[in-house]
Amino acid sequence: MTAETISADAASRGAPLVEMNDISIAFGGIKAVDHATVDLYPGEVVGLLGHNGAGKSTLIKVLSGAYQRDSGSIRIDGKDAEISNPRDAKAYGIETIYQTLALADNVDAAANLYLGRELRTRWGTLDDIAMEAECRKVMGRLNPNFRRFKEPVKSLSGGQRQSVAIARAIHFNARILIMDEPTAALGPQETAQVGELILQLKAQGIGIFLISHDIHDVFDLADRVAVMKNGRVVGTARVKDVTKDEVLGMIILGKCPPAAIPGPGAIKSA
Amino acid sequence: MAEQSGSGPATSNEGLFTRLVRAAEIDTRMLGMIAAMFLIWVGFDVLSGILRPGGGGLLGGTFLTSRNLWILLVQTSVIAVMTTGMVLIIVLRQIDLSVGSMLNVVAITAGVLQVFQLGPWLGVGHPIIWIIAVLVALLLGAAIGAFNGVLIAYGQIPSFIVTLGGLIAYRGIAFLIASGVTVAPMDKTFKLIGGNGPAASIGPVWSWVLAAVACVAIGIAVVGGRRRRVQFGFKPKPVWAEILSVVVGCAAVLGTTAVVNSYLYPPKVAERFALDNNIPIPTGVEAKAGLAICKAGDKVVTCLDGLSFQTGYPIPVLIMIAVGLIMTFVAKRTRFGRYVFATGGNPEAAELAGINTKRLTVMVFTLMGGLVGVSAIIASARLDAATTALGTLNELYVIAAAVIGGTSLAGGIGTIYGAILGALLMQSLQSGMGLLNADSAYTDVVTGLVLVLAVFVDQVYRRRVK
Repeated sequence: MTAETISADAASRGAPLVEMNDISIAFGGIKAVDHATVDLYPGEVVGLLGHNGAGKSTLIKVLSGAYQRDSGSIRIDGKDAEISNPRDAKAYGIETIYQTLALADNVDAAANLYLGRELRTRWGTLDDIAMEAECRKVMGRLNPNFRRFKEPVKSLSGGQRQSVAIARAIHFNARILIMDEPTAALGPQETAQVGELILQLKAQGIGIFLISHDIHDVFDLADRVAVMKNGRVVGTARVKDVTKDEVLGMIILGKCPPAAIPGPGAIKSA
Repeated sequence: MAEQSGSGPATSNEGLFTRLVRAAEIDTRMLGMIAAMFLIWVGFDVLSGILRPGGGGLLGGTFLTSRNLWILLVQTSVIAVMTTGMVLIIVLRQIDLSVGSMLNVVAITAGVLQVFQLGPWLGVGHPIIWIIAVLVALLLGAAIGAFNGVLIAYGQIPSFIVTLGGLIAYRGIAFLIASGVTVAPMDKTFKLIGGNGPAASIGPVWSWVLAAVACVAIGIAVVGGRRRRVQFGFKPKPVWAEILSVVVGCAAVLGTTAVVNSYLYPPKVAERFALDNNIPIPTGVEAKAGLAICKAGDKVVTCLDGLSFQTGYPIPVLIMIAVGLIMTFVAKRTRFGRYVFATGGNPEAAELAGINTKRLTVMVFTLMGGLVGVSAIIASARLDAATTALGTLNELYVIAAAVIGGTSLAGGIGTIYGAILGALLMQSLQSGMGLLNADSAYTDVVTGLVLVLAVFVDQVYRRRVK
């Protein structure tokens, strides 16, 4: 399949949900992300691959509002989006599950679920009981065995913490979900659960950026992959058009196979 | 039940006490602290009784007398008010070493203002003087706190350094403002905030009224909480546990009220108060051990049956209670409080959740400054003077009280009531050692040891709970 047919295929799915165009960000003298362009369609899973330090997490933190880009533009639903902090991103329906889970360890599941968006009573005070009731409903769907609503999340297992983090991302009508190494801390069974969840969310039309350095995970779940190396995009390709070996070649060597659209990071070969 | 409390399934071989604590959701750590405090109180009363028999205390000493407990509460108020703010600071993973010096600047400024500026200008004793002095103290405290907070949050200077600088510099500023002299006496209304004299307490009737209101409020809170739990389909606590918490809470309030009400002002103070307010002193028979006053001929003497004044709650203690309640509300029931705890638990997560942690830091330090203002008012009013020594070492007592009260220096963990209990415990040591005629050096040794011991016991307790 050629680059033209990929574009044609994309067009058939309607307008992209997210377009990140020519994004650059530098820390000190180091260009962590260098003129990167990626996009995401509704109901699509895009795997972002690359070595540690390739710039995947940094690129995605620009989208989630944790970092400020130096140049480039972000378009959501075809309109320019101004994202300068995590609150802005949330207003666009962008939710993130961070590699570190980013939970406040000392408060309970409900407090984490609603952190930054607390339910309040009509007197403006925290409505803990309503939040706990909602939390029980959400967790009942995600992880029916979850019982420890009153304890600080520090005392929960890795899988339970993960379900709290996921609950927080999907509870507020996310349209764009960013999952940064969502299975890094999990056992095989919990990893499978997360996989199921991703397919479920995809079916609901949510666009998902899946960041991973585990190529097998990505091949199981993603529709497309975008590979980064040294802050630059090597190329993007549909998963069914490329082999794992070819993608490994992209990750390690920066060599773009014919079925992929090369980016600025691809090595120029004859 | 295990599903609700989440504390693990209740096993059948647990003792009655464990089940009781679990069902009522009582903070066992707080129970331990209260038990430790009662032990200390009993110990001091027994020891002081051995040293000087006939003190009239519950166990024959001088510690468990209404007079000593009343004074203990007043002495605790300065540290306790500040420690409620320090809890939030430490929970946020910061520290404030400057509170003692800040207290000094605020007290001196408010003192100079009322004694050297407003007094001569408006006339000494003008009723607006104390209001201006109080407002200036609160605003100045908050402003200094905000200044600390801005340097820490936006200047990115560690709070230890900023407030260490403040500890040194603010005391110097205070010395410059007053040119090193003691500022006295305070405005006569301002002075009442310190709890000096019969007019600075609300008397027995209002004390009982307040106690009754508190009991009703506890009842309403418990019933309201229960109703909401039922409304959302949660299993409520057992009824007996709810009743127990109302009864225990109410008993504590009534007991404290009975203690403060049974303290009579000393005969000399009562005599002055009667003369100042034209209260007639009845005639009677002199009795050396009496606490009331009466007239025997032309002389005013102590007697068993005569004029006496029950004090009731003194103003500084009421301020301490009000600050404790407000700060508990702020910490537990407001978004601000939730953010402080979440940020202390994981600053990065809080930032990613959209919390403006820099602004939060400034707000917490500003609040701390405002509370220092409150303490500065109480301290200078109680002393009836603003001296350059006021507030010395207070930062360490405030931090120690917070830590003894269970605040973790690692951040994220701490309670307001724990910190107030911590302040009361520290003051009990100071007061008790004083009653034993111990040299202040011994008091320091004991206080330091208790601080370290309290944290050690806490660590062991936390490990066992896990």
